Amino acid sequence: MNKIIYKEQLSKDVFLMRINAPRIAEERRPGQFIILQTDEDYGERIPLTIADADTDEESITIIFQVVGKTTTALSMMLMGDYLPVLVGPLGKPTHIKNFGRVICVAGGIGVAPMFPIAQALKDAGNHVSIIIGARTKELLILEKKIKKIADEFIVCTDDGSYGRKALVTEPLKELCQSTQKTDMVIAIGPPIMMKFCSLTTKPYNVFTQVSLNTIMVDGTGMCGGCRVSVNNEVKFVCVDGPEFNGHQVDFDNMIARLNAYKSIEQQKQKCFVEKTFKQKEELV
Amino acid sequence: MSHLSAEELSLKAKEVIVQYIDKCDTLKQKERTTIPAQEMPTQDPFIRRTNLNEVAIGFSEEQARIEAMRCLQCIKKNCVDDCPVGIDIPGFINKIAHGDFESAAQIIKQTTLLPAICGRVCPQETQCQLHCAVGKALKDVDKSVAIGRLERFIADWERKKGKRILPEMKPPTGKRVAVVGSGPAGLVVAADCKREGHHVTIFEAFHKLGGVLRYGIPEFRLPNEIIDKEIETLNEMGVEIITNFVVGRTRKLMDLIEKDKYDAVFVGTGAGLPVFMGIEGENLVGVFSANEYLTRANLMHAFEKDKADTPMFSSKKVAVLGGGNVAMDSARMAKRFGAEEVFVLYRRTENEMPARKEEVQHAKEEGVEFHFLENAKRIVGDDHGCVKGIECLRYELGEPDESGRRRPHEIKNSEFIVEVDTVIVAIGNGSNPLISQTTPQIKVNKRGNVLVDETQKTSMDRVFAGGDIVLGAATVILAMGEGRKAAASINLMLAKETESETKKKMYIVSDM
Repeated sequence: MNKIIYKEQLSKDVFLMRINAPRIAEERRPGQFIILQTDEDYGERIPLTIADADTDEESITIIFQVVGKTTTALSMMLMGDYLPVLVGPLGKPTHIKNFGRVICVAGGIGVAPMFPIAQALKDAGNHVSIIIGARTKELLILEKKIKKIADEFIVCTDDGSYGRKALVTEPLKELCQSTQKTDMVIAIGPPIMMKFCSLTTKPYNVFTQVSLNTIMVDGTGMCGGCRVSVNNEVKFVCVDGPEFNGHQVDFDNMIARLNAYKSIEQQKQKCFVEKTFKQKEELV
Repeated sequence: MSHLSAEELSLKAKEVIVQYIDKCDTLKQKERTTIPAQEMPTQDPFIRRTNLNEVAIGFSEEQARIEAMRCLQCIKKNCVDDCPVGIDIPGFINKIAHGDFESAAQIIKQTTLLPAICGRVCPQETQCQLHCAVGKALKDVDKSVAIGRLERFIADWERKKGKRILPEMKPPTGKRVAVVGSGPAGLVVAADCKREGHHVTIFEAFHKLGGVLRYGIPEFRLPNEIIDKEIETLNEMGVEIITNFVVGRTRKLMDLIEKDKYDAVFVGTGAGLPVFMGIEGENLVGVFSANEYLTRANLMHAFEKDKADTPMFSSKKVAVLGGGNVAMDSARMAKRFGAEEVFVLYRRTENEMPARKEEVQHAKEEGVEFHFLENAKRIVGDDHGCVKGIECLRYELGEPDESGRRRPHEIKNSEFIVEVDTVIVAIGNGSNPLISQTTPQIKVNKRGNVLVDETQKTSMDRVFAGGDIVLGAATVILAMGEGRKAAASINLMLAKETESETKKKMYIVSDM
């Protein structure tokens, strides 16, 4: 059982939680994730990237967007509540060294997992350019925090409500074209964004690393539900990843697999929200 | 054959037992072989394909006693020799014949802590029952004394009585043993080391204990309640249990010894890495490893649709690839989830199938179809990346290979496509890579199996291993056998250390 020691709503559907988890806080490295359940018997296992950790407080930070039943239930949990299942850190840590000039591109909620990676890259002596983007201003998170570690910082929104009106791929392309050689790009965000970031960098032959967040059950290599096609080989995101060479990932297949249960998931979430509202109404 | 209900079989047994009950000790061997072998009562196939309840219901008391009287009480106990944990089989069967179930339970408990599980899932027909004299006399291994069913009968009887006999435990030694993984091997090690008085901690990656017994073997073959009861015994014995803990990630294996001061570690992480066929279309939506399919159904309770958050893919036509028990479990599970058509693709014939006969029979009764001498060539997808069919190839059998089974050869240009929306791949498991990935010191073979010596010790000091992580995908009872051997080695190592520590202390004292 892990206690939720802090909770904050970052935007309409995005929440931050700090959870007491001494072992995970101690062992985790940038790029790794946890799996949690909100109910021990009937809950679903969902993977979430670790956004930060504090070994003094013995806590980890997770940031999540409400998309389905489990994230809805999680968003309703309060400070002081206990998570019945939390396991991690899972996945291989990000390979950190001084690559030279690195561009970090984060879309939407992807800023959360990007933060520890960008920080570690910065600490390793890299020149770090950071591009963050979201659909609209309200959905931007952690701007101030991540800006601090950036040598160069670009923020954009799809609708132009804040920063530059552009998709993240536009400034990415410009940076790739600039006279300064880019040694590596890291892209984290919605699958479609990672797909287009990879397509953007491909002509410039810049190594592009993406962090995949697929459907998982166990998270230890046992089920293979998270498998993706990388360079035409079957890879398991949980034990071989979560980071892969974006130029080799079959994103279309990955996106189709992510949507495998969409209708059931939407139905479950709808039922859950309706039921919860009813219970609240009855209480009032 | 028409289906006889448990009540009918029990009534029949009540009539039959009258003839033998007074002659229990005086029956001649010849007479014993004429006693009717008892049929295992099962749920009606048409009903059971819609529920997850256990298929095999278990013998009635009379059935158990009749079956037990069939045992010849041989002097040379072939059955015991073939049991990986060496249960005194004629001993406990004799007690059943006399109706002394409590003594039978005590005999079984001397060598195994998990009889309710072994009685259900051991492949007795290739172990204890293989060389049974009764089966030999009747020239049919299926007519051997049903040792497994009798073992199960006693375990169930004991559980229903609510009597749990805790094994004797030695006083605490102060030594600490870490058991990584709570599958069949780990559970045996935990029990055997705890009995010696050591402090034992089980580390399990999942939120529930049991490993493959929990996530792999379906409720209809091995109910969760049975696993829970066996684990309660460990709990009562004082074994410490830590769930949601992935050794290798949450804590490095070396750290268990160096930082957490465990004196010995047992690695029983199983063969948890599904093997795929390496054919086109294997990543399409609707293709599952048997592990994933069964884990959703078993551990995550997806069958209880209204309660469980974990969804299950809804399928109409399902192809299952493979011919082992896991393939049977997957096919039967797919039926229960409402698939209209489920067929098993196997490239050899029924004779070569590694699945237990009983499971194949049960699957057939439940409407699972079998396509023998066929194999998948590629999986065909639609425009949305979902499965819409499977291209198969026909095979014929040639000369026997090194396993003694006739080697299948593909028939050229025999391809044909069958429409399906789901494919479940059940062709085996590789070894789980987590420990070897995160523990460079541990020696593994090409396949990733942990290498051990004859005492189950690995290349690392104080680290032992057993079960599927060593054997590759095998059986529950073989894993238990390895666990037993590893526990004995751990206990011996710790006893020697205690002895030398005591000697040292005495030396210091006498020196003063």
